[in-house]
Amino acid sequence: MERRSLRRLVRLTLLVAFVFLATACAAHAPQDYLRDLQGSEARKASNLFQPVFWIAAIVFFLVEGAIVFAAVKFRDRPGREEPKQIHGNSALELTWTAIPALILAVVAVPTVLTIFNVAAKPGPNQVKIHVIAHQWWWEYQYEGTTPQVTTANEVVIPVNRPVYFTLDSVDVIHSFWVPKLAGKQDVVPGRTNTLEFTAYTPGEYYGQCTEYCSLSHANMRLRAIVKTQADYDAWLKAQQAPPVAPQTAEEQQGQQIFMNNICITCHTIAGTQAQGQLGPNLTHFASRGTFAGSMFDNSPDNVDRWIHETSLLKPGVIMPRFGCGQTNAAPYVALKCISDDQISLIVTYLESLK
Amino acid sequence: MAIATVSRPPLFSRPKSHTGVWSWITTVDHKRIGILYGFTAFAFFLVGGFEALLIRAQLARPDGHILNANVYDQVFTMHGLTMIFLVVMPLSAAFFNYLIPLMIGARDVAFPRLNAFSYWVFLFGGLFLYSSFLLGGAPNGGWFGYAPLSLQKVTGSVPFAHNMDYYAIGLIILGIASTVSAVNLAVTIINMRAPGMSFFRMPVFIWMAFVVQLLLVFALPVITVALFLLLFDRILGTSFFVASNGGDPILWQHLFWLFGHPEVYILVLPAMGIVSEILPTFSRKPLFGYPVVVLSGIAIGFMGWGVWAHHMFAAGLGPVANSAFAVSTMFIAVPTGVKIFNWLATMWGGRLRFEPPMLFSIGFVTMFVIGGLSGVTHALVPHDYQQTDTYYVVAHFHYVLFGGAVFGLFGGMYYWWPKIFGRKLNNKLGKWHFWLMLIGFNVTFGPFHILGLQGMPRRIYTYAPNMGWDFWNMVSTIGSFTIAASILLFMYNAVHSRKHGEIAGNDPWDARTIEWTTTSPPPEHNFDEIPVIHALDDFWHKKYVEDKTGKLVPVAAGGANGDGQNSNAEHGANAEEHAEGHGGGHAIHMPSPSYMPILAGLGLPIIGYGLIYGYYICILGGLILLGGLYGWAFEPGTE
Repeated sequence: MERRSLRRLVRLTLLVAFVFLATACAAHAPQDYLRDLQGSEARKASNLFQPVFWIAAIVFFLVEGAIVFAAVKFRDRPGREEPKQIHGNSALELTWTAIPALILAVVAVPTVLTIFNVAAKPGPNQVKIHVIAHQWWWEYQYEGTTPQVTTANEVVIPVNRPVYFTLDSVDVIHSFWVPKLAGKQDVVPGRTNTLEFTAYTPGEYYGQCTEYCSLSHANMRLRAIVKTQADYDAWLKAQQAPPVAPQTAEEQQGQQIFMNNICITCHTIAGTQAQGQLGPNLTHFASRGTFAGSMFDNSPDNVDRWIHETSLLKPGVIMPRFGCGQTNAAPYVALKCISDDQISLIVTYLESLK
Repeated sequence: MAIATVSRPPLFSRPKSHTGVWSWITTVDHKRIGILYGFTAFAFFLVGGFEALLIRAQLARPDGHILNANVYDQVFTMHGLTMIFLVVMPLSAAFFNYLIPLMIGARDVAFPRLNAFSYWVFLFGGLFLYSSFLLGGAPNGGWFGYAPLSLQKVTGSVPFAHNMDYYAIGLIILGIASTVSAVNLAVTIINMRAPGMSFFRMPVFIWMAFVVQLLLVFALPVITVALFLLLFDRILGTSFFVASNGGDPILWQHLFWLFGHPEVYILVLPAMGIVSEILPTFSRKPLFGYPVVVLSGIAIGFMGWGVWAHHMFAAGLGPVANSAFAVSTMFIAVPTGVKIFNWLATMWGGRLRFEPPMLFSIGFVTMFVIGGLSGVTHALVPHDYQQTDTYYVVAHFHYVLFGGAVFGLFGGMYYWWPKIFGRKLNNKLGKWHFWLMLIGFNVTFGPFHILGLQGMPRRIYTYAPNMGWDFWNMVSTIGSFTIAASILLFMYNAVHSRKHGEIAGNDPWDARTIEWTTTSPPPEHNFDEIPVIHALDDFWHKKYVEDKTGKLVPVAAGGANGDGQNSNAEHGANAEEHAEGHGGGHAIHMPSPSYMPILAGLGLPIIGYGLIYGYYICILGGLILLGGLYGWAFEPGTE
């Protein structure tokens, strides 16, 4: 009997080990915040978490082990005597009150220190970016740039330089999160929260909104693009320039169709009559790798499909579906559709906005 | 008796049926109300479980197409609301109702009609909440209903006219049910204990019940205030939570979590109480350190009020507030840990019988340890900035509320089932149920830890295939259907036992507390004679004494062989015969049934519909409520 239970215990341990192994071998997860961290605040958080995780693991094995041991050893067997009636033991109980309290007191010290350490502080040499959350996309305004650089969903930052974000929302609460770089910060209407971190390695980092904001919460994704200082400067310069004027006949036609439709009530393209504020700024649309809350790669096919099917692809969006043969619900019932040819011209125009 | 001779209009005569549907509708017997609570909560458990399966089916693979975003949002919101307000709370209430009078040696609760009122208001509140599915859409703002999202009547381009009205009004109605019941049960525990049952002779379950009632009495007003403010913002155009008009969305969060965190302990303390009864019985040892277990329960009750902002670490409260709540959150783990160690010490050196109640209790302890440890990591605020609102948190609270509360409640069901229905549930099926549920539970919620640490946010209806979340989501979905299978097994067991279950007798487990001295099921008046209590675990001490070394020795004068029938020997008669011999307790006055609780309760949801669809309907609801209360006040006393 004893041996059988032992074997069971071994099997259980192997199972647990297998699970851990499987985790280690799991597919690459771009939002994993345990490994491969490239931001200052993400590393500080992880440095706090790792030792506590191992303490917790030890406690886990001790306590669960003791329970399993007791269950095996003290199980009722034929001939087992009635147990001794023990009502308590003050010394023991004091001990197992004091030990956890002590462990936690020790853990509390670095926790509080790190809390103050990661709190965002404005300082010199920071890149200052104003994040404005919308249902369901992100707007970034680069402070101190003239003309002001405004972009959407993909936030471009330089490597090894602190970035100071101020976060505002125009509608409901959202939460700004790029796990490989820093912990999340809620974006609350009516109060301006702040977040500060430094990215250590150039690259593209995934993030997304983590405060539930209804229908397309799952589709409110973002990217942080970390560039070398030189690349960043070049990017900033390009963003400040006016958009490239349409060159080909198709691009010009596309621009005309864009300007003659209701696109301009929501979107801005600098230097044109399109000055809408509700949707993402499209001045340098073609310079972005993704669009629509970083749901889709920025390719002509995807943009074409987007203009046709919009809310079928991203539930709840305010932008109506322009494809003919689509029925829009209120408030767009009477909306005039745009023909397939015209939409593809618009796409050509948008994709020329480097 | 003078009242009985006065002639009166028939409207005011009290119902008399003791069998059939009407007897259940008009009952004021705490045991029947407990059973009603139990069945209703279990029905909602099936609904909430079905919603969980829908969620898991949708998330099994990336870009899932089983539910659309709109339906998914309603389903996950209702899953949370259902499991918290319509399952775990009322299932705990079922145990409270049935057991408190029996375990303190009373004949009923302090206010029997009020007790019935609580149940009916709970039922109508639940139905009101669910009627939203048929009337335009269920609440879709999450169980936490964060403003200003919960104020939006058009989200993006989609109108959500009344979804969150149902949330606010539904929870207010359910809050009334819980508040009324909490006051009733608290008064019962304070005032109606049998002679000799001092506070520190009360079973731990009663202690935990008492702490829960006090938590309810103090926590529910907070959420009620918040819900009324939300409702005012929605239907009267006030701006309590509207930042652009000077309101503050964070105010909602403070109010919600000031209720919400004590609520967590409201959900788990009953199960802790249940486990504290089961472990000693099946270890054949007293609970190790009874005063410490009780005091740590009380400590949790107090400290539970000082940790609410750990739900808001990422909201931007600042480093000082976050530090304070980090420290308080760490230290609430201490009394919880103490309980775990005391339960372990209770088992240590015992003679453990692994019947289903014991298995579920050990399941509770082992799973709760996991939930507790992951809970402590939330107090590492800078890392909480990472894990909050990810599946790591979903893993944590399912280990606490499912691995904890639900396992404990199932343990309680297996334990008291024979007392309530007179027959035991099948042991073998019970063991299958336990192991299947334990495995299914861990396969479902274990992977959530990993998914959370891999950055999968909560409340997303879909995810892209390139996120690395495919595998564990599929595993979790498989686990969830395993849990469903185990629940089906339990239901089969319950139905099967109606005819084929082993007849229980008074004391099938050789248990410790006085509810096992009466018949199974107990007579309407519970005890032919109100017991006089001489010790903690009074019944146990009637059966056993300890020798000089502390070993257990059966009491010589009969009654010591674990056969409950004989334990009443000292009363001079077999319990059943005793009851009949006295004419089924004819000399004992029990409260008469009443139509009024259900009538009064019916008024509340009608007022609720009125707030949504036209205030004139409120008048109708108000009249029904008043009519019920009027009848209540003026119906004749017990006949």
